[in-house]
Amino acid sequence: MKPSPFEYHDPTSVNEALELLRRYGPEAKILAGGQSLIALLNFRLSAPAALIDLNRVAELSYLKHENGTLRFGSMLRQRAIEFSPLVLQRLPLLAEATRLVGHLPTRTRGTIGGSLAHADPAAEYPTVITALDGELVIRGSLGERVVRAHDFFQGVMSTALGPDEILVEVRLAEAPPDSGCAFEEFSRRHGDFAIAGVAAMVVVDGARCRMARLAAAGVGPIPMRLRAAEEILEREGLSERAINDAAASAAEIVEPAGDLHASADFRRHLTRVLTRRALARAADRARGK
Amino acid sequence: MAAQKWVGQSLKRTEDPALLTGCGAFVGDLPFSNLCHAAILRSPHAHARIRKVDTAQALRAPGVLGIVTGADAARLTGPFPVGVEAPVKYYCMAIDKVRYVGEPVAVVVARDRYLAEDALDLIEVEYEPLAAVVDPELALKSGAPLLHEAVGSNLACHRKLRYGDPERAFLEADVVIRARFRFPKYSSTPIETYGVIASYEPTTGVLSVWSNFMGPFVMHSLVARALNLAENRLRFVAAPDIGGSFGIKTGVYPYIALIGLAAMNTGVPVRWLEDRREHLLASSSGTDRVAYRELAARKDGTILAMRSRWIDNVGAYIRSPEPGCTFRPISNWVGPYRFENLEADASVVMTNKSLTGPNRGYGCGHLYFEMERMVDLLAEKLAMDPAEVRRRNFIQADEFPYRTPTGGLYDSGNYPGAFEKAIETARYDELRQEQVRARAQGRLFGIGLAVAVDPSVSNMGYITVALDPAVRSRPDYHPKSGALEAATVKVGPLGKVTVVMGSAPQGQGHRTVVAQVVADELAIAPDEITVIDDLDTFTRLWGVSSGTYSSRFAAVGTSAAALAARKLKDKLIDYASRLMEVPRESLNYSDGMVRTQSGEGRPLSLRELAGQAHWNPDSFPKGMEPSLEATAVFGFAESKAPDPQDRVNASNTYGFIAEVMAVEIDPETAAIKILRYVTVHDAGTIINPTIVRGQIYGGALHGLGGALYEELVYDDEGQLLTGSFMDYLVPTASEAPTIEIAHIESPSPFTTLGAKGLGEASSMTVAAVLANAVSDALKPLGIQIDELPITPSRLWHLMEASRGTAR
Amino acid sequence: MAEHRKIQLKINGELREGWAEPRRLLVDFIRDDLGLTGTHAGCEHGICGACTVLFNGEAVRSCLMLAVQANGAELLTVEGLAHEGKLHPLQQAFWEHHALQCGFCTPGMLIVALDLLRTTPSPNEEEIRHALSAVLCRCTGYQSIVEAVDAAASRLRPSR
Repeated sequence: MKPSPFEYHDPTSVNEALELLRRYGPEAKILAGGQSLIALLNFRLSAPAALIDLNRVAELSYLKHENGTLRFGSMLRQRAIEFSPLVLQRLPLLAEATRLVGHLPTRTRGTIGGSLAHADPAAEYPTVITALDGELVIRGSLGERVVRAHDFFQGVMSTALGPDEILVEVRLAEAPPDSGCAFEEFSRRHGDFAIAGVAAMVVVDGARCRMARLAAAGVGPIPMRLRAAEEILEREGLSERAINDAAASAAEIVEPAGDLHASADFRRHLTRVLTRRALARAADRARGK
Repeated sequence: MAAQKWVGQSLKRTEDPALLTGCGAFVGDLPFSNLCHAAILRSPHAHARIRKVDTAQALRAPGVLGIVTGADAARLTGPFPVGVEAPVKYYCMAIDKVRYVGEPVAVVVARDRYLAEDALDLIEVEYEPLAAVVDPELALKSGAPLLHEAVGSNLACHRKLRYGDPERAFLEADVVIRARFRFPKYSSTPIETYGVIASYEPTTGVLSVWSNFMGPFVMHSLVARALNLAENRLRFVAAPDIGGSFGIKTGVYPYIALIGLAAMNTGVPVRWLEDRREHLLASSSGTDRVAYRELAARKDGTILAMRSRWIDNVGAYIRSPEPGCTFRPISNWVGPYRFENLEADASVVMTNKSLTGPNRGYGCGHLYFEMERMVDLLAEKLAMDPAEVRRRNFIQADEFPYRTPTGGLYDSGNYPGAFEKAIETARYDELRQEQVRARAQGRLFGIGLAVAVDPSVSNMGYITVALDPAVRSRPDYHPKSGALEAATVKVGPLGKVTVVMGSAPQGQGHRTVVAQVVADELAIAPDEITVIDDLDTFTRLWGVSSGTYSSRFAAVGTSAAALAARKLKDKLIDYASRLMEVPRESLNYSDGMVRTQSGEGRPLSLRELAGQAHWNPDSFPKGMEPSLEATAVFGFAESKAPDPQDRVNASNTYGFIAEVMAVEIDPETAAIKILRYVTVHDAGTIINPTIVRGQIYGGALHGLGGALYEELVYDDEGQLLTGSFMDYLVPTASEAPTIEIAHIESPSPFTTLGAKGLGEASSMTVAAVLANAVSDALKPLGIQIDELPITPSRLWHLMEASRGTAR
Repeated sequence: MAEHRKIQLKINGELREGWAEPRRLLVDFIRDDLGLTGTHAGCEHGICGACTVLFNGEAVRSCLMLAVQANGAELLTVEGLAHEGKLHPLQQAFWEHHALQCGFCTPGMLIVALDLLRTTPSPNEEEIRHALSAVLCRCTGYQSIVEAVDAAASRLRPSR
């Protein structure tokens, strides 16, 4: 299983990369971590005329913390995020989700931007970004624009990125005080893509739930934001009954498809179970503070 | 019998330092000059006529040296003999028709693999697609797509076999249990895929092939015939290191013919390294099977008879050694139980799926899944403890050697003893008490049992039971039988011992084990012995049964090595008696020396004996061969061809396995958690306990894979849906259970050291014990597991259906 | 003739160079161009882990990297673990605990274990199993590998 031939470029700046994209148009593919793309190339399921390798664009690899926002350069490695004390402290949901992404060797190369641009609806990062209403900074021939998560993911493996655009930064608000989070996932084996997964963050205020954020992986064409379930919690709090109601609502919202690993009904059912479990853990953690 | 100083010890393996430092010599590592590389164009259709293969553009591609197509195969090769009467023509590649997705259609030889794959994209094939069938029961219905016109149906083989008086047993029975089972098509998928290097020398007419083919070496003859080569012009060399096989690399042999053809056609040495996509698509696997079972019993739990109707799916061509899937376990079809009446209606069916062959356990995983589920169903029907039902039916320890109704000869064993050890080790009674508590809490806690007779060392004749007895009794028919192994032990001029064998091991530690055995025989240290294990059909003593498969080495390999060492010891004593001028009877051999029993005179060391023998061969007595080298060929007395009543001893040693498993099922996610897993093995004399432990763990994971994770799934059009490791799920360290292992040792009277095979072991029983445990856990819901793999999604649907909430 | 690029890297402490098409996989460059056949290709789509090497000190799947991406990098493969003829404690522990049978996945297991112990010097059993899940083994059933890594961890930890 060897790739078809391609022209290869390893630019050292974003501008250079954009120029190359302009030149090749849809005939070029961006190579980030390569953990998905190179497998596709090896299978010859993808045979682009050119590969634009971003791994030498140093300016895209950073992590900044400004005004309550964490700003990730799109080429920042998942491994760096996994071991970042800043992320662990300020964005524990992302830290927890990262440990579920594949295996350490895939996280050595895999990037936050690559995972989001690949947009597998069963993947952890797109789900977390959706739950937390992240912002994606995109640069193209017409300049820079910021797209919110729910506009970014448009369909299975399909995003708002145009053929001449590169994802350059991901912005996530740091977790509020009095918040707790959890990522609950069900997969056949450790490290696999989720059959279903739920990312949850809640902010407690006495008995109330001031804010709830929920998104589900593997149960729709894109990561599914569970707004109706969030509203139940924001209205009713975090009692066992409210959590159960929210979980039931989550199961109604999602649009799972069946495949050889799991039926649609089972995925829908898991959404309910995992939502409940994630909320219970998140609430405990929030109260524990 | 030598004093056992080294046999029974957990010596570190001599194979390891090289493997640990990246110095292994797998087929892909072997250096060759001027090596060219092959890539195979494979059919995208499950069933289609080939109208045209146009290689013109591909031949002009950069680096391409030649392309072989079906037209070349038709012209230059013959079909492989098949083990059934049906006139199935199976060539090394598709000629006028493709019958499974992945079937080879063309082979490109180029300067490197990348260029070869580029050229594949330029080959134009015109197909006329035909309807496909993948379900073996549907394939037998009239009107089903027909794979082989000359055969006239998709039935490759059908035998009805009857032993004892099953009709009467069923009439007399107090209770009859009926069930239907489905067993999945799955594969052991060794991490190293197939590899073949073929080099043809036109001046001598010799085709040399290096590969990771591991036997049985009867396939050498099949390839010689297919390639129209005299067998002494076809050289098979086994790669020094083989990255696992578990039976799967038996299927390398058609590719030896294919790549051999490519080498002969293009005139350059050709290497083909199978990639993982090809391996999942077109290498080898076990069969998928539909089984209908009936069991007749008395109300005290005594089993009177069993009936089996099997439909085994061997894929698009019945490739030798099939239908071993059905008949390999014939001698132990009764398992460890003493019922005498059984009937088997065995259909072997061809469908548009990839081809099957030996896969760790070879039919025993299927057999014991069905049998042990039936025993548990009987226990449930009679409201008896499933442990008690088994106790009622065991063959007893004083009945060995035990002749089974189907002709098997169980060499030794203590089934009740081993079973009780499993029950005690698992603290079975405590588990049952815990179950009562768990059920009161609404928890789904289950306990499963499984017992099995573990057959090893194939008698090569067993497969001929696939032929009608009328065919076997024809005067021009030659019976087949046997299981042999050879070893040579020699002493060099400076007194050092070398053992030479050819067994094609794939990680079983043969060199280490043989050193232990010979060290005991010759009373020297294992690290003073060099063991060579390279199978080269030009230079080693080999036969049709040679190779490492069917867990044979522990039985035949160690026997051959021990016997050769004893033969050498005899020679040393004979030679020493001449040198010392004393009668042979007054001498003995101990601690690496020949001495007089009285203690008189100077003992002679190996080094001294060797020095004299090599430098002064005139010192040998007249009539004695002037060499300190001994070769032994080990075989079994009871390894015969099937008799006219279809009775055959298909294996030569029979071990025993008893297992207990406790599981808990998450009622919300249907996830299965293994809480305890106990396995007791009886494989006779144990040579290296640590190696044995490794085999038990490895076999258990293979069985677990088929029970929970692994299946080669096809859609109705014959497209493989699990074509990569993303979808074909091999268990990882996170899924692997910890196993409590115990042993008993009932030495075999038929092998030199009493050792039996153990390499397949728990791969035969894990599905059974797990399915029993899960069924037991789900008793409150009335769910019986009769199909594998038990995936969470499938299990949840069963649970929902029984809870009445199914949609 | 397709475009070839020059690749210069340090592998197992030695400076090496070669030329490769951009599409050439790193695992093939290591095995066939540099002659280091200890690293194995078991799946070529990044699941089996037999191809794992250290890339600038961190474990990567070399079947999911292009050789050209290794230009200027430092690599460690299984051949580089032993030092002046002495086995690395991980190799020694694997030997003592029978943590290999056919040996084909072993180079991947060793490198993954090395990366684990460098990032988590005192892993518990769950952490060891999760890390080893990055490499598939069909021979051992994993138990002996877990035990070997645990033993090596004790040996590598500075004693108190």
